[in-house]
Amino acid sequence: MTDADWETLSNQAIAAAGLVYFLALLAHLVEWSSLRKVSTRSVSASVPVAAGGVSTPPGDHATVGRDEGSRTAMFGRLGVLLTGLGVLVHLVGLLARGLAADPDRVPWGNMYEFTVSGTFMIAAGYVLLVRRFAWQWLAPIVLTVVLSLLMVSVIWLYSPVAPLTEALYSPWLVIHVVSAVLATAAFTLGGILSVLYLVKERRPATTTGYLARVPELRQLDQMAYRLHAFAFPVWTFAVLITGPIWAHQAWSSYWNWDPKEVWAFITWVVYAAYLHARTTAGWKGRRAAYLALLGTATLWFNFIGINYFSTTSQHSYASAPAVEQAVDLSVAPSVPPPGQLSGSS
Amino acid sequence: MSATLVKEPETRRPGELGPRELARWAWRQLVSMRTALILLLLLALAAIPGSIVPQRDVDSLKTSRWQEQHPTLTPIYERLGLFSVYDSPWFSAIYLLLMVSLVGCIIPRSLVYFRAMRAAPPDAPRRLTRLPDHATYKVDQPATEVLARATKVLRRRRYRVTTSEEDGWVAAERGYLREAGNLLFHLSVLVVLLGFALGGLFGYRGGVIVLVGGGFSNNLTQYDDFVPGSLFDQTGMEPFSFDVDDFDIEWLTEGRAQGQARSFVSHLTYRTDPGAPDEEYDLRVNHPLAIGDTEIFLIGHGYAPVITIRDGNGDVAYSGPTIFLPVDPTFRSFGVVKAPDARPTQIGLTGEFYPTYDFNDGPYSLFGDALNPALSMTVFTGDLGMDNGTPQSVYVLDTDAATQVEKADGQAFRVDLAMGSTVELPEGAGSVSFDGLERWNKIQISRTPGKFVALGGVVLALVGLLASLFIRPRRVWVRARAGEGGTLVEVAGLDRSGNGDVPAELAVVAELLGLVRAEPDERTNQRVGGPT
Repeated sequence: MTDADWETLSNQAIAAAGLVYFLALLAHLVEWSSLRKVSTRSVSASVPVAAGGVSTPPGDHATVGRDEGSRTAMFGRLGVLLTGLGVLVHLVGLLARGLAADPDRVPWGNMYEFTVSGTFMIAAGYVLLVRRFAWQWLAPIVLTVVLSLLMVSVIWLYSPVAPLTEALYSPWLVIHVVSAVLATAAFTLGGILSVLYLVKERRPATTTGYLARVPELRQLDQMAYRLHAFAFPVWTFAVLITGPIWAHQAWSSYWNWDPKEVWAFITWVVYAAYLHARTTAGWKGRRAAYLALLGTATLWFNFIGINYFSTTSQHSYASAPAVEQAVDLSVAPSVPPPGQLSGSS
Repeated sequence: MSATLVKEPETRRPGELGPRELARWAWRQLVSMRTALILLLLLALAAIPGSIVPQRDVDSLKTSRWQEQHPTLTPIYERLGLFSVYDSPWFSAIYLLLMVSLVGCIIPRSLVYFRAMRAAPPDAPRRLTRLPDHATYKVDQPATEVLARATKVLRRRRYRVTTSEEDGWVAAERGYLREAGNLLFHLSVLVVLLGFALGGLFGYRGGVIVLVGGGFSNNLTQYDDFVPGSLFDQTGMEPFSFDVDDFDIEWLTEGRAQGQARSFVSHLTYRTDPGAPDEEYDLRVNHPLAIGDTEIFLIGHGYAPVITIRDGNGDVAYSGPTIFLPVDPTFRSFGVVKAPDARPTQIGLTGEFYPTYDFNDGPYSLFGDALNPALSMTVFTGDLGMDNGTPQSVYVLDTDAATQVEKADGQAFRVDLAMGSTVELPEGAGSVSFDGLERWNKIQISRTPGKFVALGGVVLALVGLLASLFIRPRRVWVRARAGEGGTLVEVAGLDRSGNGDVPAELAVVAELLGLVRAEPDERTNQRVGGPT
């Protein structure tokens, strides 16, 4: 296959993955809508909650009529199955994207590729862990997030396959970007759980509908914390270890106060405050959730928002469509010419 | 480290503090957790302006341009230090306070930790059922057997265990390293800051444009731009020198990235000091050359057309390769030529160079490689403002007192030259010829002392962080006493991090002890989420 063929395959696979995810979302919506009127009370009262265990998974359809119960369960399984299929197609899209480049490379060269990889990580992580952690209740949310991010990436962030700029040919591309994307995925999930916490907190006693099947507040809080506790060291590794090492090699200085670096630092500080507040000041629940959301906001602002505010970033992969490529008619000799070899990473 | 108000003696008016008490109170406030949190968030907030307002140390050109465009805001921003946020007094104040707060916090904590490290687990509370997480069981074995087994099980689960036979309990604690990790993390932050400060104080960074075929020796006068640290001492600069022998570049002539260049290699010959033997190095992006503590980076390249200007008298007033700065990926480049010695009047050229010249509604460059190099420049004669002593940028032509050379029809006269050709200026003002083409490399040279200190600090911080996040400090107590119809066993636990899952751990311990719930309905109390 030629590079162009690979690229076509990649684009088609990503579109197909989006479609499959959509079908999976539909299946889950059918599942949830038929559970809408079913109370969880009778279910949870008859099943003792194991200490530290996970509360009622939606698979418990004890009170649902037999037919309805099996239909609901079937749609639930179908949804997970379709999500798994979507993840496979998504993977094909990613691999083809890497093979479409000349020379072949990891598909982490621009915003489109980051987003497609990040959504893949979220979806794959969900599919791998859904049984172990009884995450069925997460399905609609994960699918909505993955689907909307995929749409954003295809519609707004798409850019054709192109060779990387010189500075990106470095082993650090793999290490730095993987850790950054992984941390972003985990932080985002943690943020979603924090939103759920805040929503559920308003009606903690509800026994019907989606909210009733979301784990109880304490567990939501704890899961959010664990995701953040996992993501924070990964983020530290990405932005405070691998980032500076690579920056030093490519740009001659390990910390440049580049806007992306500044916002990565801000994000780090906010999440540090979150963990600090939890472990020492005893912040839990609502206040911790608000801090987590502040962190999510800075994280995503760093990924997308800052591109619209600053044109000087050396992370030039992130040149947003609306930002004109700043071209300097250098008027002072003290300015590196814009023909920089290393102007992007 | 919670802040507690100092109680004032009775003789004073209520609320009155002596100076010592005030200082103590202020100190307590500063090292309190709440203040640390606020300072952390303030630090995040304070870093924001630096990412939006252009920073002088990051991009001086962009800053000066922004300042020209915003004449009213500039003086205000200047006073607020918004053009160099990261060394402004208020930004420094925040992180210095944070550091003081950090030190004030970790020193007492280290002492507490040092004592706690060697202490035995605390005795079992009298009523284990009062603890939030507990469970009660009834077994047939005698109490001593249960306790002996509990000791064994808990030891195997890496608890530190003490037993009281007479009172009938086992107390166990684990996760001592969590606090160590926590302290290590905070100490490492100081190490990172130290490394960062070393680089900022004693390091330097400079850039120089070197013609291919030309050379550079490491002393201040040779740099085009130079940013020294505040305590930088130039006598310590390493006396190396290098020549750029050759520069290879590969242009992509097909495919999606056609016109993009890749594989830049600058072939250097360098000497670590003037007497040292020549060594060779292929300088590439991502592969800096290290000489001693100094590192040399290839960060840019461009063209330097060889231009000769003859003045009205026919004498050569200027001749040589002239550095043009690339403006876009096609290497359309901008440059200025000044011939102050030209007679009868000075001659200045300003305009562009096109490596692969083409014309379509104006000149442009088709490609970055020099396939059809050409110049297109406008000409000024008269006073170029070079004689009044004020330093001038070599990339700016001062045309205030000069006049633009025009054609007979009043339009601007353009010097449009293919390589190897010469054009005569109107009215016998002289001639300009484009004799050849050379290339230049932009070389960045920097010395960053303390970089390994900073790196080591971050790595240690990460290790400490992992320990403090994933080691769960827990206490578990088991009490057993003879009761009606068997032995009553109480198991209770406490998670000291506030985020652990105690019921799960208790369930595992109970299972290992072979315990079965006495009353199946009784569930362990679970703490409800919410501020505690």
